[in-house]
Amino acid sequence: MSKQQLMTGNEAIARGVYEAGVRFAAAYPGTPSTEILENIASYKEISAQWSPNEKVALEVAYGASIGGARSFASMKHVGLNVAADPFFTIAYTGGNAGLVVVTADEPGQHSSQNEQDNRNYARHAKVPMLEPSDSTECKNMTKFAFELSEKYETPVLIRVTTRVCHSKSLVSLEERQDKPIVPYVKNAAKYVCVPANARVRRAEVEKRLDALKEYSENCEWNVIEDNGSGIGVIASGMAINYAKEVFGKDADYLKLGFTFPLPLKKIESFVKKHSKVYVIEENDEYIEDAVKMAGGRDVCFGKYAPDGSRFLPAFGELTSDVIRRVVTGKAVPAASFDRSKVIGRPPALCAGCPHRGFFFELGKRKDVIVSGDIGCYTLGFASPYNAMDCNCCMGASVSGANGIQKALDMVEGNTKRVIGVLGDSTFFHSGMTSLLDIVYNKGNAITVILDNRITGMTGHQQNPGTGFTAQGEETTVVDIEGIVKALGIKNIRIIDPNDLKLVRETLDWAISLKEPSVIITRYPCVLKKMSYYDKNEWPDAYKNKCKVDTDKCIGCKACLRSGCPAISVKDKKAVIDGTMCVGCTVCKQICPKAAIN
Amino acid sequence: MTKNILLVGVGGQGTILASKILTLGLQKANYDVKMSEIHGMSQRGGSVTSHIRYSEDKVYSPVIELGQADVIVAFEKMEALRYLDYLKKGGKVFVNNFEIPGMPITSGQAEYPKGIIEELRKVADTTVIEADLEAEKIGNPKVMNMILLGTIIGSMKLDHIDWDTILSENVKPQFVELNKAAIRRGIELSK
Repeated sequence: MSKQQLMTGNEAIARGVYEAGVRFAAAYPGTPSTEILENIASYKEISAQWSPNEKVALEVAYGASIGGARSFASMKHVGLNVAADPFFTIAYTGGNAGLVVVTADEPGQHSSQNEQDNRNYARHAKVPMLEPSDSTECKNMTKFAFELSEKYETPVLIRVTTRVCHSKSLVSLEERQDKPIVPYVKNAAKYVCVPANARVRRAEVEKRLDALKEYSENCEWNVIEDNGSGIGVIASGMAINYAKEVFGKDADYLKLGFTFPLPLKKIESFVKKHSKVYVIEENDEYIEDAVKMAGGRDVCFGKYAPDGSRFLPAFGELTSDVIRRVVTGKAVPAASFDRSKVIGRPPALCAGCPHRGFFFELGKRKDVIVSGDIGCYTLGFASPYNAMDCNCCMGASVSGANGIQKALDMVEGNTKRVIGVLGDSTFFHSGMTSLLDIVYNKGNAITVILDNRITGMTGHQQNPGTGFTAQGEETTVVDIEGIVKALGIKNIRIIDPNDLKLVRETLDWAISLKEPSVIITRYPCVLKKMSYYDKNEWPDAYKNKCKVDTDKCIGCKACLRSGCPAISVKDKKAVIDGTMCVGCTVCKQICPKAAIN
Repeated sequence: MTKNILLVGVGGQGTILASKILTLGLQKANYDVKMSEIHGMSQRGGSVTSHIRYSEDKVYSPVIELGQADVIVAFEKMEALRYLDYLKKGGKVFVNNFEIPGMPITSGQAEYPKGIIEELRKVADTTVIEADLEAEKIGNPKVMNMILLGTIIGSMKLDHIDWDTILSENVKPQFVELNKAAIRRGIELSK
């Protein structure tokens, strides 16, 4: 027997990439996909990189495929929106060596701004899709995807969800296949997507889809489990596991792993044999629509019942208890206890977080609108700061601020100023073009780049500003100030965000200007493993602790407005938790009685 | 018969290592094991959960259903109450008598609730563990998580598994003995 190991889905996909002989992989971090590339980066046989954004990651992987290396890109669901442009056209050309893309969706939105179902991308872009349901399938389907990609000259999409990514199950390990570089042969008719060529490729895509439809009918991933029941269950991905917990041996199953193109004939014959068919799928009614198309309208119970009424919930995770509740009509009786004793535990900026000082000052401003972005600093929206008015997607802080300011300035005498706030990695991802727009189109919004020297929210991935690659090699430290200057911004200040007076003065300065400005707050994330660059620039960072002088403390609670989890008030005196405090001194600067040292 | 164990706590308390050791042990004992974690924003002091399901037969879902947990082990007191709906009738709760106030409490908008243990006892067979004090007795406050892991091992009758070997393979050499002692103490406390 081969060696078995407990692995998360993300680890198993990385293992599949390794075993498939992949030589190049790229990604941008995003929950729940981040650990895929982190694990790939640990295999020295693979060149693995964090790209500045998902579009770049997919394009560079596509390039590597043209160059002859089996290549791979992974991203969270919203990342594929960013990469959609190349994705749709790569579907026409295919690569040279195999090319596989992973999208990690988030039913239930554990850590995301929306709940889009990226299975729709497979159909939309006409790219074959696989949906693993556990770690073993994550590995095996990843390997198979490369075979499929090469056989049909197409990129292949693998769709996983949070619970597939972050659940562990047993996986058998195998050897790495040797996949030499496929020689590149010039083929402009295939790779140059001018209309004349692309129209020819468009027809090829249809031929390919016809072949894949046939393949889908008979492949090993779409299988029927016959338990001799009159009830049928059709499901894919993690949902098949939830369904099996509920129906056990009392139903027959059509388990779908190859979900674009769907095996319509197989679905039709399965539906015909059953008087009732449950379609269990998270997010959209993707399979359900196909079941109805394949003659199942009168027996199909999915998101909707045959009479058109709501059956399973439209959104959120369809865990076994949710399915059971709907199918049996019986809810588990809730335990009877005093629920007011459960106080919320919302995420908060860490003790010592360098964003704290900035948001403390920003939150005091009444004359501004703050356009936020995606990262830890989104927490600036929350109490006690309440320092954010909107946020949408990567980079939208800056462009959004530009638009808001333009609209406000259409009213004569407007004095309200708009501030776009984003992090270093988000600036590299898609903030740069937005800032260019401000300069070029004579915008007047203020941009603040919260440079904490790392990609924080997703668990500390390197980025172009840190000086290190995904595989720990030294590289050029990209200079944010230099980029900002080159884009044409004339007013730039770099400040320490823990210095409240300086933050205040700098905001005053930016607000008073009649032209765009950029403030860069530069201080390393409190959780960052400091590089030697960081140690050199901030030799004293996080080495101190603050203490309360209880004789001076009057219990006014002003320090609580810092929103620091290390500080609280007990018996009318402030208390600082010495295990959490790292001496950022924000509370000390807030204290009106100089009671904190 | 599938067994369901729910570990709950606050980011940074070591629930992830405890559940890793537990799943490795169950795997070694030839159970089919599935484990699921939600830890999206937990680095920032949020609530964390690990679902662990195991059986001699096949386990499908990695997620425990409401009302199905055989045991809930809470690394933080209030978290036990937060996830109590997962406990099945007759299930057991092991609760660490340890408070971590969340942001609404430290910022003065709410107070840490009193009478949580009494509330738990109304509904469930509850054992209170002073894991922080026990950990200090053993010599390192950080082994709180292994003491709580020990309570799972004891209550689910998993003491026959070779935990010592698993610890020595997954913990830094200088901490192996400390962790072994912590697990042993947890097993005692669960009885």
